Amino acid sequence: MSEIRLAPKLRPEEYRTNFGDINRALSPGAALAEASRCLFCFDAPCTAACPTHIDVPAFIKKIATGNMRGSAREILSANILGASCARVCPVEVLCEGACVMHGRGEPPIQIGRLQRHATDWAFQNPVQLFAPGSARDKRVALIGAGPASLSCAAELAKMGYGAVILDRHPLPGGLNTYGIAYYKMTPEESLREINLVRSLGVKIQCGVQVGHDLTLEDLEADFDAIFIGVGLGKTRRLGIPGENLAGVYEAIDFIEEVKSKPFAEIDVGRRVVVIGAGNTSIDCATQARRLGAEWVAIVYRRGESEMPAYHYEYELAKQDGVQFLWHAQPVEIQGNAFVQRLVCVRTRSGAREASGSFRADEIPESRFFIETDMVIEALGQDPRSSFLEKLPGVQLEKGRVVVDPGTGQTANPKYFSGGDCANGGKEVVDAVADGKRAAAGIDRYLRAVGPRPPGL
Amino acid sequence: MADLSCNLGGIRSPNPFWLASGPPSNSGEQVARAFDQGWGGAVWKTVGEPIINTTSRYSSIDWNGQRMMGLNNIELISDRPIEENLREIREVKRRYPDQAVVVSLMVDSTRKAWHDIVKRTEDTGCDGLELNFGCPHGMSERGMGAAVGQVPEYTCQITAWVKEVARTPVIVKLTPNTSDVRYIARAAQKGGADAISLINTLNSITGIDLDTFVPRPNVGGMSTHGGYCGPAVKPIALNMVSSAALDPEFHIPISGIGGIATWRDAVEFILLGAGTVQVCTAVMHYGFRIIRDMLEGLEFYLEEKGFQSLNELRGRSLPHLTDWGNLDLNYRIVAKIDPETCIGCQLCYVACWDGAHQCIHLREDRRVPLIDEVECVGCNLCALVCPVEDCITMAQVPGPAGKMSWNALRSGRS
Ligand SMILES: Cc1cc2nc3c(=O)[nH]c(=O)nc-3n(C[C@H](O)[C@H](O)[C@H](O)COP(=O)(O)OP(=O)(O)OC[C@H]3O[C@@H](n4cnc5c(N)ncnc54)[C@H](O)[C@@H]3O)c2cc1C
Ligand SMILES: Cc1cc2nc3c(=O)[nH]c(=O)nc-3n(C[C@H](O)[C@H](O)[C@H](O)COP(=O)(O)O)c2cc1C
Ligand code: SF4
Repeated sequence: MSEIRLAPKLRPEEYRTNFGDINRALSPGAALAEASRCLFCFDAPCTAACPTHIDVPAFIKKIATGNMRGSAREILSANILGASCARVCPVEVLCEGACVMHGRGEPPIQIGRLQRHATDWAFQNPVQLFAPGSARDKRVALIGAGPASLSCAAELAKMGYGAVILDRHPLPGGLNTYGIAYYKMTPEESLREINLVRSLGVKIQCGVQVGHDLTLEDLEADFDAIFIGVGLGKTRRLGIPGENLAGVYEAIDFIEEVKSKPFAEIDVGRRVVVIGAGNTSIDCATQARRLGAEWVAIVYRRGESEMPAYHYEYELAKQDGVQFLWHAQPVEIQGNAFVQRLVCVRTRSGAREASGSFRADEIPESRFFIETDMVIEALGQDPRSSFLEKLPGVQLEKGRVVVDPGTGQTANPKYFSGGDCANGGKEVVDAVADGKRAAAGIDRYLRAVGPRPPGL
Repeated sequence: MADLSCNLGGIRSPNPFWLASGPPSNSGEQVARAFDQGWGGAVWKTVGEPIINTTSRYSSIDWNGQRMMGLNNIELISDRPIEENLREIREVKRRYPDQAVVVSLMVDSTRKAWHDIVKRTEDTGCDGLELNFGCPHGMSERGMGAAVGQVPEYTCQITAWVKEVARTPVIVKLTPNTSDVRYIARAAQKGGADAISLINTLNSITGIDLDTFVPRPNVGGMSTHGGYCGPAVKPIALNMVSSAALDPEFHIPISGIGGIATWRDAVEFILLGAGTVQVCTAVMHYGFRIIRDMLEGLEFYLEEKGFQSLNELRGRSLPHLTDWGNLDLNYRIVAKIDPETCIGCQLCYVACWDGAHQCIHLREDRRVPLIDEVECVGCNLCALVCPVEDCITMAQVPGPAGKMSWNALRSGRS
């Protein structure tokens, strides 16, 4: 009765297929044809839609003329993580969503794939795209090695500042390395890009948790400014009975396992239930399926139309055979050391809440069970409150770091912030844009404070 | 970084990219914006006694979903007063001492008219003059433009009049609407020109409205032939530039024009001997901003090839051009199909079967066609029609020993 029912392991080639690139690279000829389709709009809407404002028509035109180096430089000078973004950006709601081709009833230019074509070229060809700026006497510490800090540090290094990034993980990259669905981007691809950041002179120290291995006072003494790019924490727990049973996972832990272990060493149940219907839930569900789970369902307390996941993520999950159970509220996890079933009640849409979504009202006497061998809770990430609350003079609002949107500066002028911990959790490209803006803000701040006092 | 600077018959510019005389160089404000974005020079829209233009003025050819593969215009020279143009030229030259400001001129074919305009123009401080002997419509009916440029004697005569008074270098802009551009090029040289530029636009009718029967562009139900330019004319321009550059009797510098839209196009003109290049249609299509990729692409190209300056590139392809009679008739290539990448469209088959030499065959068992390498004449057609990159390649095969050309055959040597 109490033995776990694990999904059987797959053959190596099955893992390779299941976790292979979901969006294959364009061949040079296909890239040329696609680039030639671009109208080269003036004051282009795609550029405006990109949070980092990459000059999209300019880089595409350069692909069309065979100026690959210039194309890569165009992208990476606006967005140092342009190779990641080419793979992970929700382009349908960003650049490609803004493409004027929609107005002609034609598919948009495949900006993401073209961006990948150009940036891949830059990583496959040994060309120098950027040089560090001439050295200045100021140093900046960046906490967290996610996209926000990487982008901020790269900009600072280009301006000549010393930039040191600290991260508690063994590898840098934040969720870019440990979070993004494997079939969108591998950890290797994330790390390859981080080498570009390093080549600008940025130092990255891993395995260092600030507040534990190193104090903020240490950093304040050694650095002229501090950037907080710690992202978000684990996902919120449901707080229902049975969460301590073996086989109940928290989404970020599960995804981190997918990104850091050989596939064959990751156990998934034959039947898996994912709770919540955001993009993270989809990533958990599709990857559980691709690891061999026979039946995977997403359970959501509201209806389909209110699901927060992007439309194409939903489509992907359906293609992967993921089931969706709408209007179901989990109330208990039952089992005997191991998970055996999830108990839910049915809900219906109630009054509209302040957030705009409908309340999910429980329907009395509607309890039902779902037999399952594994439960993944994916309810949205919590802020890293215990860390953030210790930041001297830094203001928080609903757990987010409050910053000046133009400069990323916090209420404490020496502290800047950006990325998920300040914007509440958006995309990689937003974190990159935040980091870039903060670098400009830090530059302005450091110029104003004047030269370092002697002895430092 | 490679040196992009140029000196065309005494006119210096920081890079080889000039605006050609036309709508983009019609006013001081435009030329200033172009210089701000990186253009190395500009040939002012042709200055002369102001004319009245028609509406409409342009028509074009689209190809395969791409707009304006070729552009046709029936526009004349500047419609703005000479004084106004000269004032703006002076102002632009004062603000941009490093960029080349060249003024295109066209006046009545009298010695006095040319002397007057040359003196007034050079007072602006411009860097050089370009004589527009090329405009193929309207102005030629008035005895100017191509009416001059199609007759070697007139070309030589007017160039000589200009050189009597000019203190700055003089470029003669040639029309392609002539049987052999070399005669006109030599005439310009004989008249004392410091350089030539080519090509101006080609006589053309781009198309006809099948419902109204009015050719385009439509001016109140009537039309007229115009001048053709844009990407479609590049092969013609390249040939004309090379024929002047290869002419043993011709020695002065050349500014290449015609269908240049990218740095690649520019490199091709320079490889055939062009000193600078001029651009009109591509700017009309996409704006001055195209200069960014042009400059960057050219710089990277030179760097990758290990060239320090444009001089090392200039004319590099000319030694690879010769008369047909000198080509090696013993050189042999045949087509090869890569069965791995072939998508089975069989376009090569039908092209060879109906349009070439019947040496590609279909097979019963698979869609990948078979090439009869013994029969293949190595014409390239199948490789040109194949939609898959590098699927059909032309491979060299042993031919008869030694080299043999038609000229050698004719003169009895083997
Ligand atoms: C499962 C999942 C899938 C996603 N998929 C996509 C996607 O497909 N496309 C997309 O654009 N976005 C996606 N996102 C969002 C994206 O990953 C984030 O928006 C982005 O990574 C935020 O970057 P960041 O730098 O703010 O934080 P993070 O990437 O979270 O990096 C923060 C880093 O700080 C470190 N850190 C925290 N505290 C400390 C401390 N005290 N000392 C030292 N280091 C510390 C953490 O270990 C972490 O490495 C996804 C997110 C998740 C969770
Ligand atoms: C609308 C239009 C007006 C032009 N006007 C002039 C002119 O006034 N003087 C001149 O020498 N050439 C003129 N040209 C010719 C261009 O300078 C150039 O020689 C020709 O367009 C070929 O270059 P392109 O293919 O880059 O356009 C004109 C071309 C166009 C399209
Ligand atoms: S391009 Fe400008 S001048 Fe020409 S028709 Fe359009 S609006 Fe008028």
